[in-house]
Amino acid sequence: MTKQPERIFVKGNEAVARGALAAHCKCFFGYPITPQNEIPEFLSAEMPKAGGRFVQAESEVAAANMLLGAGACGIRAMTSSSSPGISLKQEAISYMAGSEIPAVIVNMNRGGPGLGDIGPAQGDYYQSTRGGGHGDYRLLVLAPSTGQEAYDLTIKAFDLTFKYRNPVMILGDAILGQMKEAIIPWQPENIDDEAGRDWSLTGADKREKRLIKSLFLEEGALAEQNRTLQTKYDDMQSYVEYEEFETEDAELVVCAYGSIGRIAKSAVRSLRAQGKKVGLFRPITLYPFPSEPLLALARQGKRFLTIEHNLGQMVDDVRLAIRTVADSEFAPIFPGNLPVPEDIEGPVLKCLEGK
Amino acid sequence: MSRIVIQEDRCKGCLLCTTVCPTQIIVQSDRFNQSGYKVAEVPGPDMEKCLGCTSCALICPDLAIKVYKTPKKNKGAA
Amino acid sequence: MSEMNEKLVFDRPQAVIDRPTHYCPGCHHGVAHRLVAELLEELDVVEKTLLVTSIGCSVFLYNYLNVDAVEAPHGRAPAVATGVKAARNDKFVFAYQGDGDLASIGMAEILHAANRGERIAVVFVNNTVYGMTGGQMAPTTLIGQKTTTCPEGRCLEREGAPIRMTEIIAGLGGTAFAGRASLDSVKNIRTAKKYIRKAFQCQLEDRGFGFVELLSACPTNWKMTPLKANERIADAMIPYFPLGVFKDVTEEGGEC
Repeated sequence: MTKQPERIFVKGNEAVARGALAAHCKCFFGYPITPQNEIPEFLSAEMPKAGGRFVQAESEVAAANMLLGAGACGIRAMTSSSSPGISLKQEAISYMAGSEIPAVIVNMNRGGPGLGDIGPAQGDYYQSTRGGGHGDYRLLVLAPSTGQEAYDLTIKAFDLTFKYRNPVMILGDAILGQMKEAIIPWQPENIDDEAGRDWSLTGADKREKRLIKSLFLEEGALAEQNRTLQTKYDDMQSYVEYEEFETEDAELVVCAYGSIGRIAKSAVRSLRAQGKKVGLFRPITLYPFPSEPLLALARQGKRFLTIEHNLGQMVDDVRLAIRTVADSEFAPIFPGNLPVPEDIEGPVLKCLEGK
Repeated sequence: MSRIVIQEDRCKGCLLCTTVCPTQIIVQSDRFNQSGYKVAEVPGPDMEKCLGCTSCALICPDLAIKVYKTPKKNKGAA
Repeated sequence: MSEMNEKLVFDRPQAVIDRPTHYCPGCHHGVAHRLVAELLEELDVVEKTLLVTSIGCSVFLYNYLNVDAVEAPHGRAPAVATGVKAARNDKFVFAYQGDGDLASIGMAEILHAANRGERIAVVFVNNTVYGMTGGQMAPTTLIGQKTTTCPEGRCLEREGAPIRMTEIIAGLGGTAFAGRASLDSVKNIRTAKKYIRKAFQCQLEDRGFGFVELLSACPTNWKMTPLKANERIADAMIPYFPLGVFKDVTEEGGEC
């Protein structure tokens, strides 16, 4: 890669959009919803310049199905939305998982349930990491916490979706999408837009026809397809990313992801300055979940406090990871509130004192 | 003379072909195929009435009919 | 002697795979498949065709046509085809949908794909009933027609009127060709082929969205013999769903 020296000052949404262009994304299908509108707005202007196509779809349902069509052609394609819109996309996401179609889906999580609000929240953790639609499948889920990470992980998402032929979700929130900060854009080298596409639709010219589908009616065929998917999900387990901060001598490890992970990092810094032995474990891949490194921390006798911008979802995965040796406390930040580091310091101190 | 060949294992016995034949030579036979459909046929001597118009083949949903045509001699055989 | 000069004047097109179909006796899907396949060959686009199939009896079209294909969720074929065309602009893209798929659950997708003037074609098979699921009322079910979900017959006051899709599609700006034909007679089948050719050419000539509705029989779910079902098209369907060309920018000499 070539790091371009200049820094640019952009919203997280624009960082995602720029990352997509850098990754040779050639098709974007979107629909307006706050707080992700800067992604389609930016790409409506920039995608055609890059030789791609931008379509403002008639609905989230249609946008996701357009994504399905483009992905079936082996083209790098993306859609973005926020929580209520992501619910509508679940139909196509299930079909894409079942048909093994690569695609990148961005969710700038807002408050729910229902129409909720347009502020940040993490209520879509279950939906993202458990598939989200009907049937048994998984998405690879990446959770950036900064504008730079949003840019970097968007580029990575396109590699991963083709590596596994599985939809990849980038799960941000309104904080990430709307906050402006400096990022350093970079251009990945050696992107091969054609390699490993021997399954994609190009026209049956001097070869057997290809068929991409998720319907398997023949005796044993669906079981075989599910076995194939299971094998793929097993393979994915080797791909985990996470950040550990000040965990080495920590008595208490705060587990948090995305924007809350970033705010928790500030809280940990502040508490460290007060001499408190606390650290941060921030999963970057939410699926696959970084269970092994978390278990390693648990085996060192550390205690855990999971903090999320919801009523408690990722805490299930934390507990599953460490269940043989430890447990995790949980502190919610209710969707609708915009948290500051002090909101996290309180529960952490309480947890430390409750030793 | 012209003639048709009905691929009996493909015929589903819908008999749409019988309704469009201008010389009405296609009829339901007494034979069942492997799928249990009573297939259409042109009884032997009637075949010489076939005009080779392809109507039966055009309406057959199962592509079970091939049509052969012999140009008339007075038009000059190719 | 005469057999020496004999010519094969009708045979299955090569683009149709030589295998039995799963369709019921007298179902017109097979005729529609053949017309489509013949045109793909005549327009020389078999190798560059990307087919989008929909949900319903015709989902298995991908088993019968010798072209690359992707299966769309119920009603979403025009959206999927939009994505396919966006990704591979140099290919020939068409979708094939039934009336439940297109005119009910997929109403938004078909209208907007047409309105955007997507360079795709849609072949719409209308048999006034949900076939694969066992004969429930469709948006095209005729007034008085009995189905498993309107056992007393479709009632105008209760269920509304059957939807005439071609007329609606013809009213949209992006549509280059919209026509309705029927598969119940040799003459109508020949016209149907002309219309499908036009709809396909609109894409190849970069004119706009191409749409053809084909009135078809579903003997099984109409609970009729194939011959009676075929007669019903002329007796009951065509009077409500008039045949003809409803929009044709090639005749008008322009692009949509």
